[in-house]
Amino acid sequence: MPRPKIIRKVADKPLISGLKPYGMSYPVKKSEAVFLLYEEYEALRLCDYEGHNQCDASKLMGVSRPTLTRICMSARNKVSMAVVEGRQLIIEGGKVEIGNEWMKCNNCHCFFVKFQHEDSCPLCGSKEMSEVQNDGEDADNELSLKACCGRGKRHRCQERTNHKIYHI
Amino acid sequence: MKVAISSKGNTIDSEMDSRFGRCKFFAIYDSEDKSTMFIDNTAASLTEGAGPAALQLLTAQGVSKLVSGDFGLKIKTLSSDLNVQLIVMRENYTIEKIINILNH
Repeated sequence: MPRPKIIRKVADKPLISGLKPYGMSYPVKKSEAVFLLYEEYEALRLCDYEGHNQCDASKLMGVSRPTLTRICMSARNKVSMAVVEGRQLIIEGGKVEIGNEWMKCNNCHCFFVKFQHEDSCPLCGSKEMSEVQNDGEDADNELSLKACCGRGKRHRCQERTNHKIYHI
Repeated sequence: MKVAISSKGNTIDSEMDSRFGRCKFFAIYDSEDKSTMFIDNTAASLTEGAGPAALQLLTAQGVSKLVSGDFGLKIKTLSSDLNVQLIVMRENYTIEKIINILNH
């Protein structure tokens, strides 16, 4: 059995569920839609819209840097296909986890999932909260993340010089 | 807005249950008319998938927030699809105390 895909983190659901072409210059046969996966949408958003570099974007999505490059390539391929061939673009599917950002309230000591730009604790309404970096079970994931940069042992990745113990 | 709290008993002074799927009762607190209602967790006796079944039970009641000691893996992925917010409370508070906190 192949190794299952790592769940990609997506910050928020996309605003739209797809795009439709209009104003064809000559009549074309109705072609099939292009399906852009959620993870590909997120890669496009991080790399091209927000302008993160791929190393940072891969950390935000919880995948390795080479994997992010592959997701990004596939995303650009699909978007360009939709533009050039005048096909409908539908954003759906993919192995993702949406908006799973855990926060800790410093007033009532509860943990909660942050919802779209909420700025107070859902339980006590206090605004004093902090981000939870490692949620215990996610600690292993975080380690493997920091270890990989995909550029060999000797490459001086900034992350690696900061966290030297993680290399296997 | 309705908030569901996993509970060990069906009275307001009973403790919150630290498990979500297999707790005995759910206290459903309505923040608009400030009423509390207790429902039996029929999903607790299932051999598998108690969490998703309980979540289904609660979403049918229109709950948008869940308070419990911990949640299983299935709930964590399901809840974001259903737009239900998870709140993890590690301290052993009673239902009444949690409702008081909710009222700020």
